[in-house]
Amino acid sequence: MNLLRGLVSTLQIALGAYALGIVIGFAGALGKINGSTPTRWLLEIYTTLIRAVPELVLILLLYYAGTGALNSLLDMMGYRPIDISGLVAGIAVLGIVQGAYATEVIRGAMLAVPRGQLEAASAFGMSRWQVLRRVTIPAMLPFALPGMSNLWLIVTKDTALLAVVGFSELALSTKQAAGATRAWFMFFLAAATLYLVVTLVSNLVFRLLEKRARRGQPEFS
Amino acid sequence: MQWHWVPEYLPKFIDGIIVTLQLLSISVVIGMALAIPIGLVQVTGPRWLAGLARAFCTVIRGTPLLIQLWLLYYGLGSLFPMVPGIRETFMWPILRDAFPYAILAFSLSVAGYEGEVMRGAFKGVPKGELEAARAFGMGRFTLLRRIWLPRAFQNVLPTLAGELVLTLKSTPLAATITIFDVYGVSSIVRQETYRVYEPLLLVAGIYIALTAVIVVCFRKLENRVPRPV
Repeated sequence: MNLLRGLVSTLQIALGAYALGIVIGFAGALGKINGSTPTRWLLEIYTTLIRAVPELVLILLLYYAGTGALNSLLDMMGYRPIDISGLVAGIAVLGIVQGAYATEVIRGAMLAVPRGQLEAASAFGMSRWQVLRRVTIPAMLPFALPGMSNLWLIVTKDTALLAVVGFSELALSTKQAAGATRAWFMFFLAAATLYLVVTLVSNLVFRLLEKRARRGQPEFS
Repeated sequence: MQWHWVPEYLPKFIDGIIVTLQLLSISVVIGMALAIPIGLVQVTGPRWLAGLARAFCTVIRGTPLLIQLWLLYYGLGSLFPMVPGIRETFMWPILRDAFPYAILAFSLSVAGYEGEVMRGAFKGVPKGELEAARAFGMGRFTLLRRIWLPRAFQNVLPTLAGELVLTLKSTPLAATITIFDVYGVSSIVRQETYRVYEPLLLVAGIYIALTAVIVVCFRKLENRVPRPV
C-alpha cells in the first residue's frame, strides 16, 4: 500500500516537473532562436551547466539553495520563513533540470520546420503569435515528440533521486518498507516492476501521440 | 562562502576522484563488452536470444538506476548471508563490500543502454559491405572482426562521448550505498564542517571539468579515426 502511495507521488512530481520543463524549454528555445545576444549567452550557460553536472548533485544544490534563498528573500521582505513542501520543491528542482534538456529538444524541432512555411504564414499576414500557434507548434511536434518522450521517461526515473533528499516517493517508501520487513529483495523487485509498468504504458501513449502528430505525413520506411 | 576547509580535505577529494574514475572506467569496459553481443544478437541472433536481449534492454532502460543499485546491494546482498557456510568462503569479503555491487549495477546499466545503441550501429552497416566480405571468403568470425565491428564502432563513435558523460553523471549514486566517490566525500565535508553549498559547488565544478576532459579526448579520438565516406 505504501508503495502505491509512493507511486502516486512519483507520478505527481514527474507530471509537474515535466510540465514545468516544457514551459521552460519552450521559453528557452524561443530565446535561443530569437533572443538577443545576452539572452542567448545566458541560456547557453544554463543548458550547458545543467547538462554537465550530475542530477543528484543538482538536486541537492537546488533543493538546499532554492529553499534557503527563498526563505532569506522572504525574510528580507519582512515575511516569515515558510516551510516548502517536498512536492513543490521536487517539482521545481526536477523541472529546472528538465527545462535545460527540453530547451535543446524543442530548439532542434523548431529549427527543423522548413523556413518557407513560416515565411508563407507571415506573408498571409499572421502575427508572430499566430505563426507560432498555427504553424510552428503543429509542424514541429513530430520532430519534438521522440525527444520529449525520452525526457518523460528520464523524469519518471529521476524522481527516484528525490529519495536522497528525504522525499518519500516510490524509491524511498520502498526502502523504508523493505527495512521494516527485512524483505529487501522482494520490495525492490516490486518497485522496479512498478517503474517498468509506468515506462511501458508511457511508451504506448507516446507511440499513439506520435502517430497522431504525424497524420497526413508520408510514412517513413 | 567559506573555503578554508579545502586544503584539509583535498587528499580525500583526490581519492574520491580516483574512485569515481575507477567506477566509470571499469563499468564502461565491462558494459561495452556485454553490449556488443547484446546488440549483435538482436540483429542476427536466433529469435529467442534476440527477444531475451531486447527484454534485458527494456528492463534496464525502464527502471531507475537507483532502484537497480539498491536491488543488487540491499536486495541481493541481504540474500547471501542466508546461504549456509558462505561466511567461510573466499567470496565473502567480496560479497560484503559495496564496490562490486556498484560495478555490477553500473556495468549492467551501460550494457542495457549501449546494447540498444550497438543494435542500431550493427544495423547501420551497409549490407553490400558485408556481402562483399562474404564474397571474399571470410568466415563469420573474421567478417565480424574485420568489417562489421569496426564499421559499427565508426557509427557509434560520435554518440559515445555523450553516453560516457551520462555514465559519469550516474556514478554519484554509488554514494547511497556507502561508497566514497567524489560526491560521497562532499557529504563527509558537509557532516563535519556544516557547510552545505561549498562542497556541492566544488563537486559540481569537478564533474564539469571531468565532462570537459571526456568531450575533448573524444573529439581528438574522433579526428584520428577515418570518417566513413
